[in-house]
Amino acid sequence: MITRRGFVSGATVGMASLGLVPGMAFARTAGNRRFVFIIQRGAADGLHIVAPVGDPAYVSARGALAKDFADAPRLDSMFALHPALERIGGLFKQGDALFVHAIASPYRDRSHFDGQNVLESGGVAAYRIKTGWLNRILPLLPADEARAIAVSETVPLTLRGSVQVASYAPSRLPGASADLLDRVSALYAHDPQLDAVWSKALGTRAMAGDLSRANVQDAAQMGALAAKLLVGDKAARIAMIETEGWDTHSAQSGRLRTQLKRLDAMVGGLRDGLGEAWADTVVLVATEFGRTVAINGTGGTDHGTASLAMLLGGAVRGGKVRADWPGLGQGALYQGRDLKPTAGLDALITGAMAEHFGLDPVRVKQQLFPELSAATPMQSLIRT
Amino acid sequence: MSDAVIAANRFGLGARADDPPITAPRRWLISQFDQFQPRPAAIAELPDSSTIATETAQYYAQIRQLQRAARQGGQSVDDSASTKSEAMAIRKMMRQQARAHYIPAVGARAQSALTTPAPFVERLVHFWANHFAVSVDKPGVVGWAGYFEFEAIRPHVLGNFRDMLFAVEQHAAMLFYLDQVVSIGPDSAVGRLVARRGRRKLGINENLGREAMELHTLGVRTGYSQADVTEFARALTGWTVAGIAQGPAARLAGVRDGKPGSFIFAGRLHEPGARTIMGKRYDQSGEQQAVSVFDDLIRNSATAHHIAFKLARHFAGDTPPPTLVARLEKAFVRSNGDLPTLYSALVEAPEAWVAKPLKFKTPWEWTISALRGLGAQNVPAKAVFGLQKQLGQPVWNPGSPAGYDDIAASWMGPDAIMRRVEAASRLAAQTRGSLDARTLAPKLIGVATGSDTERWIGRAASPDQALALMLISPEFMRR
Repeated sequence: MITRRGFVSGATVGMASLGLVPGMAFARTAGNRRFVFIIQRGAADGLHIVAPVGDPAYVSARGALAKDFADAPRLDSMFALHPALERIGGLFKQGDALFVHAIASPYRDRSHFDGQNVLESGGVAAYRIKTGWLNRILPLLPADEARAIAVSETVPLTLRGSVQVASYAPSRLPGASADLLDRVSALYAHDPQLDAVWSKALGTRAMAGDLSRANVQDAAQMGALAAKLLVGDKAARIAMIETEGWDTHSAQSGRLRTQLKRLDAMVGGLRDGLGEAWADTVVLVATEFGRTVAINGTGGTDHGTASLAMLLGGAVRGGKVRADWPGLGQGALYQGRDLKPTAGLDALITGAMAEHFGLDPVRVKQQLFPELSAATPMQSLIRT
Repeated sequence: MSDAVIAANRFGLGARADDPPITAPRRWLISQFDQFQPRPAAIAELPDSSTIATETAQYYAQIRQLQRAARQGGQSVDDSASTKSEAMAIRKMMRQQARAHYIPAVGARAQSALTTPAPFVERLVHFWANHFAVSVDKPGVVGWAGYFEFEAIRPHVLGNFRDMLFAVEQHAAMLFYLDQVVSIGPDSAVGRLVARRGRRKLGINENLGREAMELHTLGVRTGYSQADVTEFARALTGWTVAGIAQGPAARLAGVRDGKPGSFIFAGRLHEPGARTIMGKRYDQSGEQQAVSVFDDLIRNSATAHHIAFKLARHFAGDTPPPTLVARLEKAFVRSNGDLPTLYSALVEAPEAWVAKPLKFKTPWEWTISALRGLGAQNVPAKAVFGLQKQLGQPVWNPGSPAGYDDIAASWMGPDAIMRRVEAASRLAAQTRGSLDARTLAPKLIGVATGSDTERWIGRAASPDQALALMLISPEFMRR
């Protein structure tokens, strides 16, 4: 059941958007462009979503996991799409889905929380930047377009910042809210004993929590809800949806199938709900880091480095997989275990945002990823 | 932690929002000896163990009757579907009856803890009930566990250790739990008779003898041997429960009559002869033999040390200071086990007043302190039962006669903490914004100005969230 909860009306705009920052480049398009970020918390295994079945090392490297792609639809000579992603596969065929592989944020360690912090803040290391890149894009948009909403009880870091952002979520199952859990983390930060135990508790929860409640229908409803919040004159232009449960240390084959079905249903719900607005929409799907190439002793994979990102939407120049493929051979792996990153999420996000909203890529990069040295934004991502 | 916060939380069960400030912490604790209610209203209004004893006797009688009827037809109860289902129905009713005693007793325990004028003494009740633990994972104990605490522990918590010990060892719950009721001297009158008839082989059961030495008095590895345990078990034969077993064997043993559920010494079950335990010969006859053994166990220095260590650990840290243990040991020995003397020595010991928290709360301690802190006056028994189960410490169900662990390592698991956070969230939500954690936290747990906890409570998204954060703050999790 979806009930109204805590709708904070948005659109109170911070100093930057009042034109007090000189040289501000405003978006050129009239406000019909929409952007949705679906975060995959827990480190989604990109190699098991878009699999490099054409890589000669693939079958030996992935072992039993390769079986899931035996009859998977091929995307090109190298890659195949996980069979659970039926809707997304359909979007790919229509040219509405672009996959970018071997991609990572600048984060190179393997902590979920630090990794998510980097992904969301846009910093080069965890906890250096206190706001999120999706909030920092808002001042670059025309003031009356700078409306964003978190489709969750509270606003995730990606959307936090000087511009006030709304949040709206379906009612929760009984239990502590994600926000309370965040605050407990802060509360225990200086208590080494409790902090250590709590980190473990959160890790376990991320792994088991969403899967145990796995419900494809819920995911479709969540997508439909997000669409509803994005359609209409005064509706938000930017939205964020959080997904959990990607931390597949064990029994990955079945668990990831469930996760991907949910993601597929969520995208389907969003696509259907947006209707004509889909043509002006870009959906980014990304995770904090990838997983080990090798399968572990419990049929799962462990924390890795590069993974997969998706751009979905009628505005996307899709129908292809972009990858400077590093290969899965032993010598090609990052630290001998992970898919090596050959593309940056920052370059993808900068390029997508600049093209989608008609902004100067240099300005976007400065605003979203101020700490990164000049990575070239990716190009030709969006239909303009 | 200030002395007042220590008195309320480490010694007591947690401050209540409506408590007057504690101005003289040590005096406040000692004065509770005069205010403790051994049988508060919540407990007085419940039945007692004689009720469940009568019900249990009826249950056995019904089962017997069914068996007899089946035998007359040349069958056993399990041979026919109708008698089998009848037997099942009787057993099911007994289980339901047992639960109907257990759950309200859990509620009464919580109720006493919430509203007691003597939270320090109430904590000591919980301490001793766990020292002399029975566990409802044994089906026959379910209905009795609460009455065990109310009848054997509470009346003696401010008395002498000896009185409590005998009340415990002679309570039906303990005699059932540690299998004393099935322990029969092979050379006793009943033992010889049964052997002559060539029926079942009967014999002694060492369970109570062993645990009485290892857990209740001396402590593990304190110099007694397996032979001592067996000899003690022989001395204990005949210690049993009256008025429950109804058959010919019960009549033979002389335990059929008497007030149901009360202790009885059945001489016809007692192994005759002198016993030798830890080098000392006991040639008393009958009940007095085991009583003499217990008296020597109580006087053994290992017992004083064992009790002193556990009490010190409960208040002064998982690895208690040896100086405190020594202090308490001395008080125990000098007063011949006078418990208020022992508690006074604890209250006067500087080791128990260290300002930093010394203990991580068990789930029970956390629940009670949270409910007290939120001002709960009464809580449904089922809610307490359910909450304790969820938090991993169901009441009177430690699963072992050793009781629940009293160290942080046993309670500070990731899942346990997550469950506390969820429980805190639910408890806080029930206050519906009526309490302000910002004023409550300094009062209840002495949250300091400028501390992390004060800051995070202040920044909470709602009054309820602030309360939840207070309840799971490091200050609230420890005492």
